[in-house]
Amino acid sequence: MESVFGRYRNISILVGVLFLQVLGLAVQVKRNTDNKPTRLLRVWTVSTVAPFEKAIVWVQSGSSHLWHDYLYLRGVRQENRDLRAQIERLRLQEVRLKEDAEQARRLQVLLGFKEQYISQTLAAQVIGSCGSAQSRCVYLDKGTNDGLSPDMAVITADGIVGKVLRTFSSTSQVLLIDDQTSGVGAILEKSRLQGILRGTASGDVVLEKVMSDEQVQPGENVLTSGGDLVFPKGMPVGTVIAVDKGSESFLNIRLKPAANLAKLEEVLVITKKESKTPAVADMGSARAVDILAQRLPSVPQQAATDPNAPPPPTSGLKITPAPAISSAVSAAGANNSAAKPSQGVTGQLKPPVPGTDLNTTRQPKPSAPGATPAGVQPVSPRAASSSQPNASAPAKTATSSPANSNPVSGSETSLQKNVVNSAGSTQNPHVSPAQPVPPKPQPTTPAPVPPSEDKPH
Amino acid sequence: MPITYTSQEQVEVYRFSIPVAIGISLLALFLQAFVPLRIGFFSVFDLPLLIVIFFALARRSPVSGLLTGAVIGLLQDALTHQPIGVFGIAKTVVGYGASSLGVKIDVENAASRFLVTLGFYIVHESVYFLIARVLVQLSLQWSWVHELTSALANAAMAVALFALLDRFKQRT
Repeated sequence: MESVFGRYRNISILVGVLFLQVLGLAVQVKRNTDNKPTRLLRVWTVSTVAPFEKAIVWVQSGSSHLWHDYLYLRGVRQENRDLRAQIERLRLQEVRLKEDAEQARRLQVLLGFKEQYISQTLAAQVIGSCGSAQSRCVYLDKGTNDGLSPDMAVITADGIVGKVLRTFSSTSQVLLIDDQTSGVGAILEKSRLQGILRGTASGDVVLEKVMSDEQVQPGENVLTSGGDLVFPKGMPVGTVIAVDKGSESFLNIRLKPAANLAKLEEVLVITKKESKTPAVADMGSARAVDILAQRLPSVPQQAATDPNAPPPPTSGLKITPAPAISSAVSAAGANNSAAKPSQGVTGQLKPPVPGTDLNTTRQPKPSAPGATPAGVQPVSPRAASSSQPNASAPAKTATSSPANSNPVSGSETSLQKNVVNSAGSTQNPHVSPAQPVPPKPQPTTPAPVPPSEDKPH
Repeated sequence: MPITYTSQEQVEVYRFSIPVAIGISLLALFLQAFVPLRIGFFSVFDLPLLIVIFFALARRSPVSGLLTGAVIGLLQDALTHQPIGVFGIAKTVVGYGASSLGVKIDVENAASRFLVTLGFYIVHESVYFLIARVLVQLSLQWSWVHELTSALANAAMAVALFALLDRFKQRT
């Protein structure tokens, strides 16, 4: 027996070492849960390597700052002048965009949108990588002591970078978006097609799960969809550089990442996100529908009618020219029952339904449970389609899985959920007791609105 | 003739001092983790694998070779985001194979080192891919173009690196 072991000594040791490693691997795979503990070997190795990396990065950045900030100042004055001129141009542009942003916020409020805002970030420096082409990740110089925790999004000014995978006391490991095991919910900016972002063996970034019968053009921007619940929605991901026919009836869309993943130096970690309905700065001066009415073609104004009154005879129909918008707005503000521009747009098709008046945002009154703002529907076809207050919508939402269960369609689900909840819970979000809106003084008492049934219109 | 068959008596066995062996291994791991941040294409190279092959070929001891491969592989695993042991198993196999091969052939000239590194890089990647796909259930993709390109780059690097590391050899 001893001679047999001596003869096969090398191969026996090889089998033993391999067996131990396979056993250890199996234990790790078996315990692969969300709250898995970090291996001691991993902590030791990272703790050994990270200080050297930090020291080198510190010396390198210090010398770089010394050179660029104090010695090499050629062309700085010209650059300063150019930047000042750019600031002036951007200020003018900001004024224009601000108006559009305010309008968008008002519309989002009306639709019950909820947005994720980046409320807190932490700047961190990249000090090292995982050192393998098969494992594309980097190490940051911030860890749990600085408030980092797993699943936090890591971004740069150009676009998303990855997410925090593991945290140590003073360092953290970030999984890059070009790793083969990563998965980011993404959406094409123009075509609004959703897919999953992954890395390839050669280090490319591809967008998967887009059907091959869809049209995707190179050059189109890709944004985060927010469905993965890691990255906020709408952050730049990259640009489509090639579209091929992939396997299994899916397109193979290759992207150029917006952030330069090959040369990462400083990144931002999103340490806090807030999900809230955007606030409207000024609701009293003009309503979203009023602004929309100004931009839409003029439609002949229908006279204010009593919804309970019988329809007038056809022979007596008298078409009057549409009044000026300013007079219509003032009339709407003066009397709730008077003709409103929103009714001028939609009232031609059907009479206004009690309790569905958009003016309830300013005039609290006994609103109809389950009422849906009628004037909102023509604003956005997608929003309108998702906010159709039919009877099946609440049931569909109630049986749907949570938004985070599907990283691809999570944002759509949350959108539908938000909109339908406002109708399904029979509460108008604009007149709910949780968010009281101060009533505007009315010269005349608004007509009492009869309580409608619980079922949504 | 780049590769020459030698008898056991003709084979020279080298050894390395412990500080040199540990220092070179740790330096390779450190450079592998740090340099790709500054030089993007450097991630193609696998310095720890080259160090494992070099030590295995020089020592010509299968047990020493597989243990060196296991230790360096596990340390490299610790730096990645994947379960510890994938690189360990792959480099254990490479260390054992390279040291067993080193007993049989002369691996002192550049051409043989190039070919041996080229072959063992493919073996390493194959074992890694197999372990990652079968045992760990990672959804990795195999790209022949990428692997062959990387193998050629690592083989070229090995020729230069091994010539540099030859200075630390000590005759037994």
